[in-house]
Amino acid sequence: MPPAHPGPVPAWFFSVVLAATALLYLLGVVAVRRRGGWWPTGRTACWAAGHVAAAAALLGPPAGAAHHDFTAHMAGHLLLGMITPMLLVLAAPVTLALRALPPARARALSHLLAGRPLRTLTHPVTAALLNGGGLWVLYTTGLYRAMGEHPWVHVAVHAHVVVAGYLFTAAIIGVDPAPHRPGPRVRAAALIAFLAAHAILAKHLYGHPPAGVLAGDARAGAQLMYYGGDLVDLVLIVEFCRQWYRAADPRRRDRPARPRIPHRRPPRVPWRLPQPAGTADDAGSGTETLRWAVSRPMGPR
Amino acid sequence: MPATARTATARPTVSGGRNVLSGALLGLGVAAFVDEAIFHQVLHWHHFYDKSTPAIGLVSDGLFHAFSWFATVAGLFLFADLRRRAAVSPPRWWGGLLIGAGGFQLYDGTLQHKVMRLHQIRYDVDLTAYDWTWNVIAALLVLAGAVLLVRARRRPA
Repeated sequence: MPPAHPGPVPAWFFSVVLAATALLYLLGVVAVRRRGGWWPTGRTACWAAGHVAAAAALLGPPAGAAHHDFTAHMAGHLLLGMITPMLLVLAAPVTLALRALPPARARALSHLLAGRPLRTLTHPVTAALLNGGGLWVLYTTGLYRAMGEHPWVHVAVHAHVVVAGYLFTAAIIGVDPAPHRPGPRVRAAALIAFLAAHAILAKHLYGHPPAGVLAGDARAGAQLMYYGGDLVDLVLIVEFCRQWYRAADPRRRDRPARPRIPHRRPPRVPWRLPQPAGTADDAGSGTETLRWAVSRPMGPR
Repeated sequence: MPATARTATARPTVSGGRNVLSGALLGLGVAAFVDEAIFHQVLHWHHFYDKSTPAIGLVSDGLFHAFSWFATVAGLFLFADLRRRAAVSPPRWWGGLLIGAGGFQLYDGTLQHKVMRLHQIRYDVDLTAYDWTWNVIAALLVLAGAVLLVRARRRPA
């Protein structure tokens, strides 16, 4: 244990870390472009937005007020533990790294990703335990109080919140290659278990404030955790279901396999309302087998 | 039955079961949403957290809250999937929806409110009429759903 340094963690520390990771991503995008490849601007925007959310939590108003205001702390927690990881996951940093690195390094990275330690760490169950369990430890032990007293405990807790949040979000809705990822049922179960742990913890904190937090303050913070968490979770659930919906497309078998993030800019296709099979212009493209479902038994009985 | 003979050759897995599942998930989600939006937030009849709640009640509430939140979205996506496969069967879907909604309300009204004493429907009033109304409506929903499903099974679409 390092000796206690009273006072908050210097802001420059977080600024340097955030600037470094943002720059690293941009260097990756430049490397891919130089090689003649394409990288979607939306993914870069996700990475940038994730950094803005993290900066808001670590350097913005919630950070200043979090030491004495539990609601502000909870706002920071939602930003740093849920919104930041989701945006960072959607930015697909591993795919970018695999494309930007020289082949030998990229191969080493993919070996590392396929290895036992990372495979275990990125399993939805492990990630959900790390993420949800970490929160329970933080708020139901003396850790929350220690966070305010020791700057490096503060840094470690924040780092854990971001990393565990990232691992969990990547395990559920990750867009990066994950060859050993379990099927949608296991992922849905892990997601529901984590949502439940989050909701139970919020209600528990409502009745049992962490050490050093006033009852009224704990109630406001707990309700923010409950309803704010629900809102972020809704995005997570919709994205999870959307990925399942795309993967379960019956017409997918007729299309050639392709990477999730294309190497070239795809042609722009105007968006249209999806047509139910057999009603519109796609008649005859393998939908004949599905037609039975609409036909009522009019034939001989 | 010629209808089933024809279905067996095409896609036996995606039809009846997925219709019931989609309806049931959405029904559960809608019932939980009505509970949360109307009774907790509009009327303030239910409490966010009742001091007398035991740990098991908190866990059950959290699990059901998480599951119903997920179920609402999943039920809608399953419905979209049925639609793109042109496999929607309205009686099965509505049957599932009524059973899901009624089932949640019945579980909430009997086990969560009464056995686990999570929170009550309303405070500072005589609960008998409220409890009976709550649970009888729930049972009627389940019954209506079951009738729809039995009729759909007897007369395959």
